[in-house]
Amino acid sequence: MARKRESPEVNAGSMADIAFLLLIFFLVTTTIDADKGITVKLPPWSETPPETQRLNERNVFSVLVNATDDLLVRGEPADINQLRERAKEFIMNPQGRSDLATKPTSAIISLKNDRGTHYKAYLEVYNELKAAYDELWDEESQRMYGMPYGDELGTARKNAIKLKIPFVLSEAEPTNFGED
Amino acid sequence: MAHFKKKRGKSTPEVSTSSLPDIIFMLLFFFMVVTVMREGERKVQVTVPQATQLEKLEKKSLVNTVYVGKPIKKYQDIYGTKPRVQLDDKFSNNLDGDIALFLEQHKLKVNEQLHGQIITSIKADGEVTMGVVTDVKTALRKAAQLKVNYSATPNSSKMNRN
Repeated sequence: MARKRESPEVNAGSMADIAFLLLIFFLVTTTIDADKGITVKLPPWSETPPETQRLNERNVFSVLVNATDDLLVRGEPADINQLRERAKEFIMNPQGRSDLATKPTSAIISLKNDRGTHYKAYLEVYNELKAAYDELWDEESQRMYGMPYGDELGTARKNAIKLKIPFVLSEAEPTNFGED
Repeated sequence: MAHFKKKRGKSTPEVSTSSLPDIIFMLLFFFMVVTVMREGERKVQVTVPQATQLEKLEKKSLVNTVYVGKPIKKYQDIYGTKPRVQLDDKFSNNLDGDIALFLEQHKLKVNEQLHGQIITSIKADGEVTMGVVTDVKTALRKAAQLKVNYSATPNSSKMNRN
């Protein structure tokens, strides 16, 4: 009986090898890490230039990046490493200084670059400004709800925080001095 | 063979390898599911810059990608070394029109209810100048595609600092 059963069996020993080959193929072609990046919302396009708004100068935090990737913050040369702290201080104005934003809801960050600015430098600056808001949201969330700003907070609470500290970053048309 | 028989005779416990194919198959299926095939040929060199405030792009089917960078060596004789925009697998010559067409073609593949959630991922090389990136942004705005993601890799040294 035992012998009879043995004879018609297909040898499955090489199955592992075949599976291994396929496995290695997929291992090589796989890219597990999802795409990441900084998500932004562009302003809608309009043919007519936007109306110029008169703004109180203290409420505007202007950041200029020139063609040699140098930074000009509120009319003075600045260092990228201090940008985040300065932006945070500007938005919240904890000491109530008269040259910083009156309140977070009226703070506007204005970013302008040149066509010759390197993308790397631009993104670094954008990243720091985004980071300033992210950190402020996080602090506000800790204060109000006792947990970090994130998806577990729920949309309603997130919106409540964003209403208190709205992300306003206006990008001007770039200048064209240094494009090669 | 004699060697094997001897062993069996002694009945020393051997590790069964009969379930090895099953284990391998499980791994195989995992990788098959996870795999995203690289679509088409990359014609520009792109090394995306580093950043810390990153968001994940969740639904791959809702993302279309615009590459910006120098043409790779093979195409430098024809297209030079100036940064170019690659859509699908072609270089774009007329940015506004090409991007509008590119977005429309992508929309055909997406369920109509989800059109508002489409994100354009800009994969631009760190060394390109903002001129060409601004042109892409303007073209996207003209095509009413306002959700944009600047592709970047996590900056591990700075992340740890925070």
